[in-house]
Amino acid sequence: MMSKLTSVSALEALRKDILSRRDPEKTKLSVCSGTGCRAYDSDKVIDALKAGLLHHGLNEKIDVVTTGCHGFCELGPVMVIYPDGTSYFKIKPDDVDEIIETVDQGKVVDRLLYVDQGGNVQAKEDDIPFYKYQNRVVFGNNHFIDPENIEDYLALDGYHAMATCLNSLSPEEVLETVKKANLRGRGGGGFPAGQKWEATRNAPGDVKYVIVNADEGDPGAYMDRSILEGNPHSVLEGMLIGAYAIGAHKGFIYIRQEYPLAVEHLNRAILQMEELGLLGENILGTGFNFEISVHRGAGAFVSGESSALMSSIEGKVGEPRPKYIRTSISGVHGCPSDLNNVETWANVPIIFNRGVDWFTSIGTEGSKGTKIFSLVGKVNNTGLVEVPMGISLHDIIFKIGGGIRDGKKFKAVQTGGPSGGVIPEDMLDLPVDFDALTMVGSMMGSGGMIVMDEETCMVDVAKYFLEFLADESCGKCVPCREGITQMLHLLKMICSGEGQPEDLVLLEEVAAMTKECSLCALGQSAPNPVLSSLKYFRAEYEAHVNDKCCPAHVCKDLVTYHIDPAKCKGCGKCLKNCPVGAISGEKKEPHVIDLEKCTKCDTCFLVCPPKFRAVTKLSGNQTLPVSKPEET
Amino acid sequence: MSYSLAKVDQIIDGYGADKEALIQILLDIQHEFRWLSREILLHTADRLGLPMNHLYNVTTFYKHFSLIPQGRHAVAVCVGTACHVRGATQLLDRVSQGLKLSPDETSADEKFSLKTVSCLGCCALGPVMVIDGKYMSNPTSNEIAEIVEECE
Repeated sequence: MMSKLTSVSALEALRKDILSRRDPEKTKLSVCSGTGCRAYDSDKVIDALKAGLLHHGLNEKIDVVTTGCHGFCELGPVMVIYPDGTSYFKIKPDDVDEIIETVDQGKVVDRLLYVDQGGNVQAKEDDIPFYKYQNRVVFGNNHFIDPENIEDYLALDGYHAMATCLNSLSPEEVLETVKKANLRGRGGGGFPAGQKWEATRNAPGDVKYVIVNADEGDPGAYMDRSILEGNPHSVLEGMLIGAYAIGAHKGFIYIRQEYPLAVEHLNRAILQMEELGLLGENILGTGFNFEISVHRGAGAFVSGESSALMSSIEGKVGEPRPKYIRTSISGVHGCPSDLNNVETWANVPIIFNRGVDWFTSIGTEGSKGTKIFSLVGKVNNTGLVEVPMGISLHDIIFKIGGGIRDGKKFKAVQTGGPSGGVIPEDMLDLPVDFDALTMVGSMMGSGGMIVMDEETCMVDVAKYFLEFLADESCGKCVPCREGITQMLHLLKMICSGEGQPEDLVLLEEVAAMTKECSLCALGQSAPNPVLSSLKYFRAEYEAHVNDKCCPAHVCKDLVTYHIDPAKCKGCGKCLKNCPVGAISGEKKEPHVIDLEKCTKCDTCFLVCPPKFRAVTKLSGNQTLPVSKPEET
Repeated sequence: MSYSLAKVDQIIDGYGADKEALIQILLDIQHEFRWLSREILLHTADRLGLPMNHLYNVTTFYKHFSLIPQGRHAVAVCVGTACHVRGATQLLDRVSQGLKLSPDETSADEKFSLKTVSCLGCCALGPVMVIDGKYMSNPTSNEIAEIVEECE
């Protein structure tokens, strides 16, 4: 149990003490225990490492750090050995003994090293293309921090920025710094954080609030969760700095209950802050008071909208209200409330620690700093990537992401989640920038980046997002409730082969109405997935409507499954696995699918050995390359 | 029954019977009992001095709350965008078939509940099914049948 720190110098003394107890040359095994790696049993690896080190009597010589997400989720569980930076991937508990022995002898386990698509081996993390082209400013410290141990954060200059602000800067100076840094909201909108702070600061009223929006609802983005899981103190420190600038003494963190590990780490971090006197009355003897309460969201996408989120904090349903008066004037309990996203808050201490000039040296004219994306979908290197603003989409997908899986052809990349749009191949040189992405009909959004290949149906993707939004629309305003429902209805017709050419025009009309007339951003941006895919992939819509063909073979009603008799060797795998008994055939003879019985569950397609690839999907007027064999 | 209400009281008292903590209180109750019975809701409304219609408003608005009992084994299929483009629709069909349940249903013997979730953050494994906390990457119908068999 640490004692309360009563001054800034006491904090610096504690930091000095922590650092004096640490040897930077000591071997450290940093193992990811984020949700992605945990799904691959990283916990078992960590237990085995700890037990193994004890068994070999090396537990004093080598440290194991259980960290949050490293980012390279594709190859989890992930480990980096410090100080030399050797990285291991896809580690199994069985590999642990060999790792311990080789680490002690200064050797490397070759089979656990990274091999790129070209077959080149890269031993060091910094040399791996996935990491090399990133700029991990916000996310990089995750490697060195056990999120349950505040000392790890303090060892990396933690709370130094806050102490400086509270002790030697006026609230106005803090505000000016953030404004000068031109920090824009990472939650999607890109609104300048400094302006928001200023509006809340200047709003009439004595009681003010600051809020962390951790209601990460975009179905394909998980960077906020990974920051909170891996480095919760960075967000908390940013929040305190903001509270000081605004003049708030209470803060809320609104976090999805679907993120249990993040909630746990956050609560523990808050307890540790209280123990150290970094929260509560008279923080570090500066006279500043602050308290935080954590509010778990119960599952509603629309509650991520600022006014909805605030009404949810009050224990009500999270429905948005018209914002003639902004939440910075009238938010929680009618008091001025500043709401920023997790990643935005996490950037704040960095701006103070490294300076405005350094921060603004990264990025483009209008978008400064870095942005974290979850690079997922049909890309080789799935994971969380932090890139400087201004990097091209092409570099993210091909240099960092390693290109498209299975040698397939790139079709589009979707950014901005349900509020964003698709971006086609000829626009891949586009820089990652708030304004550039909005201009082409997508948006930065919270940072989902879903890569799609030739086997992704763009109509189906639009339908997917509208299904999500139809489910999540609160129904309060008619344009959103009915607009989304009607667009979804049209898309369902098109995907099932019942679409008419005039439906595309109608779709555009309904989309324009929904965009124009909806109450909140959910409805206003809901047509984006439809409009952007109609704009760039109209031919695909037309194929569905005119030829009843789904070129990507995704829309179930327009696809049939066949076995190519020329390729089928009668191995029987599909027959055994078919859940409805729709496949027949003798051993070593070509099999046949009974289309009457087939439920199109895709199982035969999945289990057919890659060396045969005999199961084929057909759509529209397509036919099998050879004639069907006689049925017996 | 009295045990349930005593536990509910304990949770409510943990929040100082604060009306504003309603959602937090209901989350904890749901976590404890896996669902919110009418009896528990009535009791909670009474303790917090809130009308029952407010509790129904909140519990039907937020997805996490369930007003019907949940199965002993929670099965979830991720339908986040990354899983969707990698075939979550087909996986959901296979799981539905295997469990003989539609999404958001619980089997009559309260053995299984099937849910869809949006992004579990392990997109590299996608499409993903989670059963009692165990992650499975794109299981075939047979693999699903096996794991269903193993469940008590």
